[in-house]
Amino acid sequence: MAMEIRYSNVSADYQLGPIRTKNVLDDVNLFVKPSSFTAIVGQTGAGKSSLLKVMNGLIRPKQGEVKIGKYSVSSNNDPTSLKEVRKRIGMVFQFPESQLFAETVEKDICFGPLNFGVGLSEAKEMAKTAIYQVGLDASFLPKSPFSLSGGQKRRVAIAGILAMKPDILILDEPGAGLDPTGKQEILSLIASWNKNNKLTTLMVTHEMDDVAKFAEDVIVMEKGKIIFHDDVRTFFADLNQIQSWNLDIPEARRFQLLIEEKTGVSLPKICLTVEELADCLIEVGLA
Amino acid sequence: MNKLIIGRYLPGTSLLHILDARAKLIAGFYFIFILFFAEDWPAYILLWAFTFWVMHLSGVHFKTYIRGVRPLIWLILFTVCLQVLFTAGGEIYFEWGPVTISQFGIVSGIYIFFRFVMIIFISTVITLTTKPIDLTEAIHFLLKPLRIFKIPVEEISIMLSIALRFIPNLLDETQKIMDAQKARGTEFGKGSLFQQMKTLVPIFLPLFVSSLNRAEEVANVMEVRGYQPNARRSSFRKLRWKWADTLSLVIMIFLTVGLLIMNTIV
Amino acid sequence: MVLDSTNPIIEVKDVSFRYDLRNSAETLSSINFSVQKGEWVAIIGNNGSGKSTLAGILLGLYKPQFGSVTIAGYELNEETKWEIRKRMGIVFQNPDNQFIGSTVEDDVAFGLENLNMPYEQMKMRVYEALHMVDMYDYRHADPTRLSGGQKQRVAIAGLLALQPEILLLDEAFVMLDPKSRKDLLKTLQKLKSRHQLTIISITHDMNEAASSDRIIVLKNGTISSIGTPKEVFSKELDFEAPFTEKLRRILQMKGRNVPNTYMSEEEMVEWLWK
Repeated sequence: MAMEIRYSNVSADYQLGPIRTKNVLDDVNLFVKPSSFTAIVGQTGAGKSSLLKVMNGLIRPKQGEVKIGKYSVSSNNDPTSLKEVRKRIGMVFQFPESQLFAETVEKDICFGPLNFGVGLSEAKEMAKTAIYQVGLDASFLPKSPFSLSGGQKRRVAIAGILAMKPDILILDEPGAGLDPTGKQEILSLIASWNKNNKLTTLMVTHEMDDVAKFAEDVIVMEKGKIIFHDDVRTFFADLNQIQSWNLDIPEARRFQLLIEEKTGVSLPKICLTVEELADCLIEVGLA
Repeated sequence: MNKLIIGRYLPGTSLLHILDARAKLIAGFYFIFILFFAEDWPAYILLWAFTFWVMHLSGVHFKTYIRGVRPLIWLILFTVCLQVLFTAGGEIYFEWGPVTISQFGIVSGIYIFFRFVMIIFISTVITLTTKPIDLTEAIHFLLKPLRIFKIPVEEISIMLSIALRFIPNLLDETQKIMDAQKARGTEFGKGSLFQQMKTLVPIFLPLFVSSLNRAEEVANVMEVRGYQPNARRSSFRKLRWKWADTLSLVIMIFLTVGLLIMNTIV
Repeated sequence: MVLDSTNPIIEVKDVSFRYDLRNSAETLSSINFSVQKGEWVAIIGNNGSGKSTLAGILLGLYKPQFGSVTIAGYELNEETKWEIRKRMGIVFQNPDNQFIGSTVEDDVAFGLENLNMPYEQMKMRVYEALHMVDMYDYRHADPTRLSGGQKQRVAIAGLLALQPEILLLDEAFVMLDPKSRKDLLKTLQKLKSRHQLTIISITHDMNEAASSDRIIVLKNGTISSIGTPKEVFSKELDFEAPFTEKLRRILQMKGRNVPNTYMSEEEMVEWLWK
């Protein structure tokens, strides 16, 4: 079921030892369209992870409220309502393989559904579906998660989240630390779940090539505030703006600008991927 | 865990911050030692005066020290009660079976309370004004004589400093794993004791595994950077002994003399 | 750059290795290559190709069942590995797990302490090294206050303090964000030319590999090809290619008249202009 997400005047901070940090989120207002694929970018410390954590109450908003469908997260939630919210939001942390703990892959994947009150046999069915969704097969279910390779562990961890059948999927740099092939595979899978299952997806990333290839909308964060939220092509349109935000640009765009500078020829559109660049070069007769 | 004041370092520029960690450790242990030689209230007045003076010199607000005692207050009161109820001497106010409330019992109960609190205050002064890494250096220095007994002092020291260095990482990782399991529906602190302990498995197991992996990686890094356990190593970090440090030890001698004098009064 | 091809600084001869002697499958088989002084050699391969194992062997952490490794004139064995480690510095993947010291300057000094270097000399080397990586201002900082890129800089400073001849990078930039990666790469290139370092970088970043002098490609434990980036990327088709190569392949697929070999960025722009 597609759920809309709405942040209204959300500010948040958190306790770090004896000190309270300053606002990690500062009066954030945000509306995320159901079933959209949104990339969240910004420098380290901008508040991207906090934006995600406040959605399922891992960080409570000091002020304001986050509405997820008919549920809401604010400064005074009781544990039961938080649990309902967490059931609907699948959160994949960075290096999620570090949270694996069970004796078998199957048991680890079932952990989430069981916590949310699903019966054991139903949970096992969900585990079976999830393991295929992440590109592995049922032969992995009885294995120990610690015997798997890094990439496989990551897929198992993600399967554990998918098995919860969330309506929203939030991910923090899902491709971090993987080799290029592995990363493309995981990202393609995520894109396919978004498209086929209408899973509202939010993904924090630093890699602009991935933003160009997979995202439809982009949120830019800086010092706890959202300073941009629009579709991806608008995001890449103004180069000066991107540089002022201290962000990178996709390889294709960078090369396009290099070509335009050296040859003096302007390409008909903003190229975000290597395929688009190839087509444009052919169109203007350079290739 | 966030409320424990003892063990935390607060950066500052007070006299106590400047003193060498070795002087502070020696003086601190010595103080705790002579505490047990105080015989009566004049001696305790002197000791309290010294304690308050040192606390004042640290530049840290008195309130912080009080907060440091609070987590331990039940332990202290329990010990005091034991002393009051089960030691007898002097005038007896109440008696019932093995329980005796006497003048001596009450007074010695009060003195125990004093000793406890002073120990906490002085220890807190030391940890608040000394960087943990300097403390491990001081411990390393003071343990060096034990090398005669073939105790691997160097290795213990480096283990201590590396463990210290990775504590923040361990805490961060614990938080991260807790968040991840919370997001999967775990509720901590709910249900019977058994249920609550079950919820700790998804935290401890991954932490344990990652710590083992980390230990192996760190060991490889150390080896590859040339660390050999039994080889001679020089030291980059230097503790500098100043005249103020010698002075602080001299003050301890004066304190001892003063204590002996106070003991003869009354 | 004059390369002395008669006396390579690293020579790997017929090395084979397997972790488990009961297993007949070898993690590495018959590895042969040499590296000249002053070269930047990239070793690429997918997960499972054996590249981390190769790094471990070069570092003296694993002993190959067959073959020999000679580094900076020493044949690698239990005794010589300590000498070799003074001449070859390593940067690993995980910025946290290689930060041993309690502060930046303590960590840079760690390797020097292991050599029992006198304090005055250590101080000089530590501060010199920190200046080389622009981390001098952070010398008193503890690791919790540093980013991944900064910690890797400190790791590099720790090596430079040893004044090594060779730098081995074991997927050193994998856990960093793209910007930090680019910055560190530039820093390394600068340091290499200034101090005549030999660099071996194990990586799966193809753009990083494209800027090396030579590439060694590992597949399933054997060397699949060795050559210049041009030679390797034109031949090895099942790897993520560097950007210009991706573009070239697409243009070729669409029937355009592109050259048959890999082109660097300058070459590609030249060709497009004509």
